[in-house]
Amino acid sequence: MSNTALIILLLMLMAAAYQLVKLRSLAVVGGASGIRQLNSLPSFYGFYALIWCGLPALLMVGFWSAFEGTLITHLVTANLPEAMQALDPGKLGLIINDIRNLANNNITASVVGPELRAAADYYLHLQQMSRLALAVLVIVMAVVATAIIWRRVNPQLRARNRVEVVVKWLLLASATIAIFTTIGIIFSVLFESLRFFNIIPISDFLFGLSWSPQMAIRADQVGAEGAFGIIPLFAGTLLITLIAMTLAIPIGLMAAIYLAEFAGKSMRAYAKPFIEVLAGIPTVVYGFFAALTVAPFIRDSGALIGLSVSSESALAAGLVMGIMIIPFISSLSDDAINAVPQSLRDASYAIGATQFETVRHVILPAALPGIVGGILLAVSRAIGETMIVVMAAGLSANLTANPFESVTTVTVQIVTLLVGDQEFDSPKTLAAFALGLVLFVVTLLLNVIALYVVRKYREQYE
Amino acid sequence: MNKSMQGKTIEQVNASLARRYAKDRRFRRLGLAAIFSGLAFVLMLFGSIVSNGYSAFGQTYLRLNINFDPQLLGVAPLQNGAGYELKTLQQGDYGALVKAALRAEFPEVKSRSDLRELYSLISSGAPRDLQQMVLSNPAIIGSSQSLWLIADDDIDMVVKGYINRKVAESERRVNDQKIAWIEQLEAKAAVARQFNTRFFTNGDSREPELAGIGGAIMGSFYTLLITLVLSFPIGVSAAIYLEEFAPRNRWTDLIEVNINNLAAVPSIVFGLLGMAVFINFMQMPRSAPLVGGLVLTLMTLPTIIIASRAALKAVPPSIREAALGIGASKLQMVGQHVLPLALPGMLTGAIIGMAQALGESAPLLMIGMVAFIVDVPAGIYDPSTVLPVQIFLWADSPERAFVERTSAAIMVLLLFLLLMNLVAILLRRRFERRW
Repeated sequence: MSNTALIILLLMLMAAAYQLVKLRSLAVVGGASGIRQLNSLPSFYGFYALIWCGLPALLMVGFWSAFEGTLITHLVTANLPEAMQALDPGKLGLIINDIRNLANNNITASVVGPELRAAADYYLHLQQMSRLALAVLVIVMAVVATAIIWRRVNPQLRARNRVEVVVKWLLLASATIAIFTTIGIIFSVLFESLRFFNIIPISDFLFGLSWSPQMAIRADQVGAEGAFGIIPLFAGTLLITLIAMTLAIPIGLMAAIYLAEFAGKSMRAYAKPFIEVLAGIPTVVYGFFAALTVAPFIRDSGALIGLSVSSESALAAGLVMGIMIIPFISSLSDDAINAVPQSLRDASYAIGATQFETVRHVILPAALPGIVGGILLAVSRAIGETMIVVMAAGLSANLTANPFESVTTVTVQIVTLLVGDQEFDSPKTLAAFALGLVLFVVTLLLNVIALYVVRKYREQYE
Repeated sequence: MNKSMQGKTIEQVNASLARRYAKDRRFRRLGLAAIFSGLAFVLMLFGSIVSNGYSAFGQTYLRLNINFDPQLLGVAPLQNGAGYELKTLQQGDYGALVKAALRAEFPEVKSRSDLRELYSLISSGAPRDLQQMVLSNPAIIGSSQSLWLIADDDIDMVVKGYINRKVAESERRVNDQKIAWIEQLEAKAAVARQFNTRFFTNGDSREPELAGIGGAIMGSFYTLLITLVLSFPIGVSAAIYLEEFAPRNRWTDLIEVNINNLAAVPSIVFGLLGMAVFINFMQMPRSAPLVGGLVLTLMTLPTIIIASRAALKAVPPSIREAALGIGASKLQMVGQHVLPLALPGMLTGAIIGMAQALGESAPLLMIGMVAFIVDVPAGIYDPSTVLPVQIFLWADSPERAFVERTSAAIMVLLLFLLLMNLVAILLRRRFERRW
């Protein structure tokens, strides 16, 4: 029985349990006329049964599915001939993949021997057994739980309180998922990174000046030693971020000031959402725009004035990223400017300042912390941005400050290292996780500082 | 003396006024320029996409006289003479029909290499269309019919004008001979552009004229379905807990800070999490909408929680006090009074979160949704890709015809996003209440 069918069956059982126990609670007190003797409304008795019928069973399904795959693979591996088990993990992984493909009637990579055939049969057998066992277990759990509740229904049972306790715990559990996500991110990235630092020393990673993540298949190969220095990647990331910010900060800030201080109501009503459209466009669209329109345009205009511009120049990616960032800067600055109390403006006008002088000497200084916070958030966004740079920036890790050359970024390297088939243990793959760790830490720091600055400032005028 | 001082100050002020006003005007113009450059970027982006992409909604077809010759097809009639066996019909050589029709159209072409050129006028998908025709109506075997067959992408590009016929032969992909054939067909009105339905129904393909976004749309649909089913209830529950039940202490502060930070974590980091936990640890299938949905759930949860909390905050305390006052329990108060009032706001937040998830591609690259997948997925376990990732894949393809298809796919994606945002705005307008 497939999991979907099992869950549908379980939902039906839950509905039945609700209805049965609800009717039972009424029957216990002799029909609707005796309803006042019940501690809780009949539906709460129903919900009480529904929770006990469904919740443990659903948890069981989730738990089972999470570990079923690993366990079956383990058992199948243990049952393989000795010679196969002695193979190194990479080759063993291939064999297991083949067994899985064989079991699912897919095409296999290698010639199928009798051992593989037997293993695939065993795999299928285990899978069927596991599904059957799960189905039986879950149904028995659901039915037994319902039966117990059914017997325990009496007017004194405080069904509402019990249901509410469970619901409160469920609400709390939902709220903690955010924590578990963070823990999951930290652990998954940290563990792989530690394994990476076992192979490549952390100092080489953080301070190395060259990046070429080729690991040799044979030891005597040319360029056998991969270089994993993060400096060129960071330099590339910062160069592109810098270009983006040079475009986005003036435009975003000026737009925000104009909209908040100078523009009439109707202009504000139309121009603001129009600029915010830019924030809703998927980044892959920006990437396509950069690669198809902006990069060739920059290359051709560079050629006109005799500059040699790489077709994957940092400039193209940076400019398009800047366009993407404009609405962030403008809406965060807008918030900051609007939070400046009107009394400050009035005071400034009263002593005869022009609007420009008011903006320059009163509003901007007052809104500065908020604006800086917004800019920091935008920088963190630019550093973590992936699709634009994957599609428009290059792959070669040049350590350069020339915006016409091609550079690569941290996110581009994560994508190129991880997309496609890879061995999970090779330093190449692990390096991606180490890059992810650096990215996570840097953006986290920026965010924490930015949120702190913004919050601190907000309190000032409240 | 006092008077003269005053006069002096006024003079000074008056003298500087022109300069100060000029500065003010300059600043104003700068602000206006910033806004217009923002608007110009929006227009440039849309202009570039639409001008590149609108033509992909049409596809070139060539009219040929197809003779459904049973011998050429290699199908044998049944013993009793009442039609053909299904299996032989499926295995018939439909390509031979197309080739014969092309030879009949251009009888002067003889040499092998020229013939090969000639055959490449018609897409490799055309024989399959003929097969479908025959399978649905075997009676047409033996008859001769004038049919519109799908043209190859190079021909499509010539007809749409993306490959310039005027430039020297060495500088374009399509040689003079082919262009002469196209012109011959055009003279006979045997070249036409029809609405490109394949683009909406087909999965991916190496042949641009056969490639479509049908598979990607279904993949996006399943992925978003999982995301919605998981993230909406969890997000709303979390918001209810934090807003209505949570005591003010360190623990809830930690949860709050966490949610705010998660909202700003780069999306690719969620991809790393999904790869390490769902794919490698839990051994879930790669490229499946299930895993994509799980990753996007974790990613959109903060958005939904933050929006739902704002919606709960907007419900005035008097509603809560009234419910508690007539004896409702706290949970009844939330479930029967506060939640219904906050629901439109929560839905708006959920739709905006879904729009974000629909446009997201970076984390999905990590969990294998970039594979080349021809079949339209039929469930949450099938390998599939999503619309933005399909755009990314096509953007990498060298064929000229994929440029217009990528732009067209972007137009479809933007249309979906626009619709979602419109629904969110309408919901807000319709249900927004000022207390």
